[in-house]
Amino acid sequence: MGLTAAEKIIAEKSGKEVVHPGDIVQAKVDLVLINDVTAPLAIMKFRELGINRVWDERRIAIVLDHFTPNKDIKSAEQCKFAREFAREMNILHFFEGGSVGIEHCLLPEKGLVAPGDLVIGADSHTCTYGALGAFATGVGSTDAGMAMATGDIWLRVPETMKFIYTGNLQPWVTGKDLILHTIGDIGVNGALYRVMEFSGETIAQLSMAERMTMCNMAIEAGAKTGMMDVDEKTMEYVKKRVKKEFRVYRSDEDANYVDSREYNVEKIEPLVAFPHLPENVVPVSRAAKMNIAVDQVFIGSCTNGRIEDLRMAAEILEGRKVAERLRLIIIPCSPGVYRDALKEGLIEIFLDAGAVIGPPTCGPCLGGHMGVLAKGERAVSTTNRNFVGRMGYPESEVYLANPYVAAASAVMGRIASPEEVMR
Amino acid sequence: MKLKGRAWKYGDNVDTDVIIPARYLNTSDPKELSEHVLEDLDPDFRERMKKGDIIVAGENFGCGSSREHAPLAIKASGVSCVIAKSFARIFYRNAINIGLPILESREAVEFVKDGDILEIELEKGVIRNLSRGEEYRFASFPDFVMNILRAGGLVEYTRRRLRGEDI
Repeated sequence: MGLTAAEKIIAEKSGKEVVHPGDIVQAKVDLVLINDVTAPLAIMKFRELGINRVWDERRIAIVLDHFTPNKDIKSAEQCKFAREFAREMNILHFFEGGSVGIEHCLLPEKGLVAPGDLVIGADSHTCTYGALGAFATGVGSTDAGMAMATGDIWLRVPETMKFIYTGNLQPWVTGKDLILHTIGDIGVNGALYRVMEFSGETIAQLSMAERMTMCNMAIEAGAKTGMMDVDEKTMEYVKKRVKKEFRVYRSDEDANYVDSREYNVEKIEPLVAFPHLPENVVPVSRAAKMNIAVDQVFIGSCTNGRIEDLRMAAEILEGRKVAERLRLIIIPCSPGVYRDALKEGLIEIFLDAGAVIGPPTCGPCLGGHMGVLAKGERAVSTTNRNFVGRMGYPESEVYLANPYVAAASAVMGRIASPEEVMR
Repeated sequence: MKLKGRAWKYGDNVDTDVIIPARYLNTSDPKELSEHVLEDLDPDFRERMKKGDIIVAGENFGCGSSREHAPLAIKASGVSCVIAKSFARIFYRNAINIGLPILESREAVEFVKDGDILEIELEKGVIRNLSRGEEYRFASFPDFVMNILRAGGLVEYTRRRLRGEDI
């Protein structure tokens, strides 16, 4: 019986020949990530161990991205606490101010994640890096704090589910729609404790950004991580960025999958996930007929804040205006993406359309700042969660969509299909 | 170890955003976090609950964010235990790591009604419903996880590992 890529990486990192789903192993990690929300707790737990140096100051990343630029005094204190720790421990990969981007966009962009790596992050969307062929999973602060001391973590070897996508994407359909379709199919706990392995000819057609979008949302189906095969596109992406040696692991043809599903993407149209779960997906053609007025549109986040996403938004917004009484907030996910968007003229398109441009931050995605919703307000957002109160007041609503649909909705002032704007 | 308290019953997919909304994540203080526990799901919960009370919920409890603030807020509020049909994996790890008992029991979730008084014997794997005279079983923890619980959480477990002690 063959092994999946996830099993191979975990076996390698735990010094075993093979591992099987259900085994519990102590695995070495290549990188530990913490952010301004999770770092303070992780650092406090680390301090409780009574040791005065971290396991490897070159393999810890501290990214102050959630509530920055500091949104209030308490957030400022949390950042200060993390900053002082980073200085004391000589943490090499410390990002804030002009160097900070949203962690899951920034780390791959900076070449800090390579295929075959085992990465843990005190942030649930750490699973994004599966798009690079890494095994990456979200943990809590205590797990991260302990790994900062030991360089390893206990893991239960997960079962793997295989998802095969075939056919060509329809107009305005993106990786975001494929993952929303998949979550709509299996439900928000459909992959609980498991790895979601995304494969098939359609995945090969997707940009690295879209692949990251898909792996990013594996957690929204309860998965431990999402993973994709390393192909030429992946190698082109990582070779430009990763400085260290790395090894590529691929799933064997006779690997053991607990479930396998196939989707013909030609039947999939852009989707909108209605409140209050990402599994509540509705085709945009139907959603657009429901006349759902929108107060705010947000384009950004670790899910859809990359340059490819901003290009999609610009394609719709060029030469058009945001609807009256609607706020469009666009946040490039990193300084690099911001710079590219400027050079390509996207920022100008956005400003002309009447958008607000924010500095790289998680900000409104989790109701932090830079676009919090009032009671009864409704948002279309390119983010990953539409839980009760996610972006603000408990009685506000979030509709998840891809950047085309979000931009089209901003123009129309209601949930709209890109076709309505572009015809 | 015996736990006893009133059951507070909720549905499937109780997410970390309703357990502790992000607007309160600008602090790491458990007591402060506990003042807002479940605020967006059941605004009366914090005021009405008593120390020892037990949360009983459906599938995928704690889904969403990796914020350890969620189990911390629950524990600091005085909730003695969470019983669910299943738990989201990061929440599961976090609860074990900080020493909040979480029990998987489909049976209990099916039969317990809001307001029932429950008594739990962790070592024996038994949940007693004192209001209805029923008994339910819960899934035992893997040995490895038991070792973390016996050590009193992951920090103490790691401390012993670093000292090279047998665990």
